Amino acid sequence: MMAEQQKGKKEKKEKIPRQPMPQRPLEERRTTFKEVPLGYSPEQAILEASRCIMCTKPKCVEGCPVEIDIPGFIQLIKEGKFIEAARKIKEQNSLPAICGRVCPQEDQCEKTCVLGIKGEPVAIGRLERFVADYEREHSAVTKPEIPPPTGKKVAIVGSGPAGLTCAGELAKMGHQVTIFEALHLPGGVLVYGIPEFRLPKDIVAAEIDYLKSMGVEVKTNHVIGLTFTVDELFDMGYDAVFIGIGAGLPRFLNIPGENLCGIFSANEFLTRVNLMKAYEFPRSDTPAFIGNKVAVLGAGNTAMDAARTSIRLGAREVHIVYRRTRKEAPARIEELERGEEEGVIFNWLMAPVRFIGDERGWVKAMECIRMELGEPDESGRRRPVPIKGSEFIMEVDMVIHAIGTNANRLLFQKAPDIKLNKWGYIDADPETGATSKPGVYAGGDIVTGSATVILAMGAGKKSARAIHEYIMNKK
Amino acid sequence: MGARILYKEELAPKVMKFIIESPTIARQTKPGQFLILRVHKDGERIPLSIPATDPEKGTVMLVSQEVGKTTAMLNDLEVGDEIYDVVGPLGRPTHIEKFGTTLAIGGGVGIAPLYPIVKELKKAGNYVVSILGGRSKEFVIMENEMRSVSDKVFICTDDGSYGEKGFVSHVLQHLLKDGREFDFCITIGPPIMMKVICDITRPYGIKTYVSLNTIMVDGTGMCGACRVSVGDKTKFVCVDGPEFDGHQVNFDEMMKRLAMYRKQEELAYKAYLEKRKEMSRH
Ligand SMILES: Cc1cc2nc3c(=O)[nH]c(=O)nc-3n(C[C@H](O)[C@H](O)[C@H](O)COP(=O)(O)OP(=O)(O)OC[C@H]3O[C@@H](n4cnc5c(N)ncnc54)[C@H](O)[C@@H]3O)c2cc1C
Ligand code: FES
Repeated sequence: MMAEQQKGKKEKKEKIPRQPMPQRPLEERRTTFKEVPLGYSPEQAILEASRCIMCTKPKCVEGCPVEIDIPGFIQLIKEGKFIEAARKIKEQNSLPAICGRVCPQEDQCEKTCVLGIKGEPVAIGRLERFVADYEREHSAVTKPEIPPPTGKKVAIVGSGPAGLTCAGELAKMGHQVTIFEALHLPGGVLVYGIPEFRLPKDIVAAEIDYLKSMGVEVKTNHVIGLTFTVDELFDMGYDAVFIGIGAGLPRFLNIPGENLCGIFSANEFLTRVNLMKAYEFPRSDTPAFIGNKVAVLGAGNTAMDAARTSIRLGAREVHIVYRRTRKEAPARIEELERGEEEGVIFNWLMAPVRFIGDERGWVKAMECIRMELGEPDESGRRRPVPIKGSEFIMEVDMVIHAIGTNANRLLFQKAPDIKLNKWGYIDADPETGATSKPGVYAGGDIVTGSATVILAMGAGKKSARAIHEYIMNKK
Repeated sequence: MGARILYKEELAPKVMKFIIESPTIARQTKPGQFLILRVHKDGERIPLSIPATDPEKGTVMLVSQEVGKTTAMLNDLEVGDEIYDVVGPLGRPTHIEKFGTTLAIGGGVGIAPLYPIVKELKKAGNYVVSILGGRSKEFVIMENEMRSVSDKVFICTDDGSYGEKGFVSHVLQHLLKDGREFDFCITIGPPIMMKVICDITRPYGIKTYVSLNTIMVDGTGMCGACRVSVGDKTKFVCVDGPEFDGHQVNFDEMMKRLAMYRKQEELAYKAYLEKRKEMSRH
């Protein structure tokens, strides 16, 4: 009898389904910028945590770019020790509330989770988010113990995830850290790119306040390369410089009509809405344009953010136009699904060849061509090939380019001794971030090209260690 | 990082000159560069040229013409007030060399950013002929400054209240018809004026540079709001400019792009003018 009961229990345990994420009702979502996923309740978190089978050689940790002790923090959740769980994550990752929301877990920790082989992986990202939010809401933020000042000064250029992480790590080692940020608010893509409904700006602000509480100085409105050059930073007494200026310039297609009115980069559209709060216009001063029928070019996270923002601003029809298929779309699956739920229309295997304007200079249509997938290209994805004679006209009154970015060379004009690779990104040592210029380190999108928040953070952390070595040994 | 206003003067109706405290920008600015500012916490980012700096005093001069809500709010600030955010210098400095006889053509508030450029061109050994124009006498701003760095100055106004009656383009046409020869031309003013000047100098083969003032957001190359067609290329005014070969610029497209948010801008401006009226009543 006892044995049977135990067996039953065990079976039941294996059958707990992956806990779904509670979400804001769909109707509301289409008109509000409030966050869509609402987060687990403590009960749900414990239930989800109990699905973890505590592998002795956890594959999930191998899948995590910053090697968070995933079974460790999940065990603490099982025990109801949420704050301790958050602190456990913070040993490796200083921004769990952000990563829990924006990391592509399906390609990382959850991809390698053993449960995923037969069923569904543990919802590691949702658990990370839960404990980070719980800690923020239920405990006084504790400052880490900071060793006595080393007397060394480090300048961080750019306040995206790479710069913020590098700054935090160096501050924890007792160095005096100053962040120089070009915009009027720190946070990089976290504040100007990723929309409020996916990453509430309060969370980013809280992280930056936390850094400030550790003594990090944040100087906004400083464009390095113009306000100061890198050499001038050294002249000002900084012992080392970390460059985390992000991927930079938005790409356009170089096809006729791309400068018609009503055609934007996702960066411009999202910056107006997120950073400049255009959704509150005229209460805020910056306007944004929104069309009736919007075409978003591309199918990455940026494209999905632009599409879902367009819906919230009242566009009647929002189309994703992508030259490959859903399978190759770089956006997180979750983002594609949420977009679909909200009414985004997907047009696969299609690309514009020119934009057509009206007499006032506004876009009124685009000529598109259908594609088919050919041989794999250097990225390993099958190359889209235009189908001859398949051209057709698609009427649109707004087009948003979300087809990637190129390196911004602004900083390098005055720092020719920083070696760049053939794509124009910084040629940096992948292990340390060291550049060709002594004392200058780099990480994040400006080294890798557009990548992810967690990779940028990982790079910032590695560089912090290398910078520490460098400045402590410098004569 | 904001900047305190140290001095304010009305140069012409709705045109204010400010001296602001901004030591770094004062030290780093070269002729042709600009800055971006925000007037308050939820303010818009707008670019403004930098007509003069005093690196020793750490001050920067601005000239602001009220054309919408943000410039109206800026012009309502008083000495002692703080401009909420100021970032710069932005853009590439003007390429200065000895061209020979150089034309400098400024219209209205465009004269302000023209001044530091002409000053450098003069220093580099150019013979400078300046043509300054405005709607009426008071809009021909910074005349004394321009005279101090020019070898010859022609002045015109739309209504004939000062100098010759007519546009700067008329004065230029007269000079060219008289057989005057020029090696280089730089012109700053309303887009339509720059376009007309470029159309006039093109057949004469006079290399003509223009400084563009497009809509901007970040001013660092991140958004592409400022893009213009130059020849068959798309350029970002904030990082590739603001100066371009005027004969290559697609002005018609640029003017349409400048009007892109006109409806919203008018709405915001009107609401602010109402508010201003309210405030002055109290
Ligand atoms: C719309 C959008 C959505 C995304 N969604 C996701 C997602 O869901 N998950 C994910 O993992 N990744 C996502 N990404 C990618 C991710 O945001 C980036 O990989 C990451 O932010 C890169 O971090 P970073 O620190 O290298 O640079 P950034 O975040 O780009 O920050 C760079 C900062 O440097 C500043 N700067 C630039 N030049 C200078 C200069 N000369 N002087 C001073 N400061 C300068 C910039 O203003 C900016 O603040 C998204 C990106 C975008 C654009
Ligand atoms: S203003 Fe954004 S790129 Fe020029």
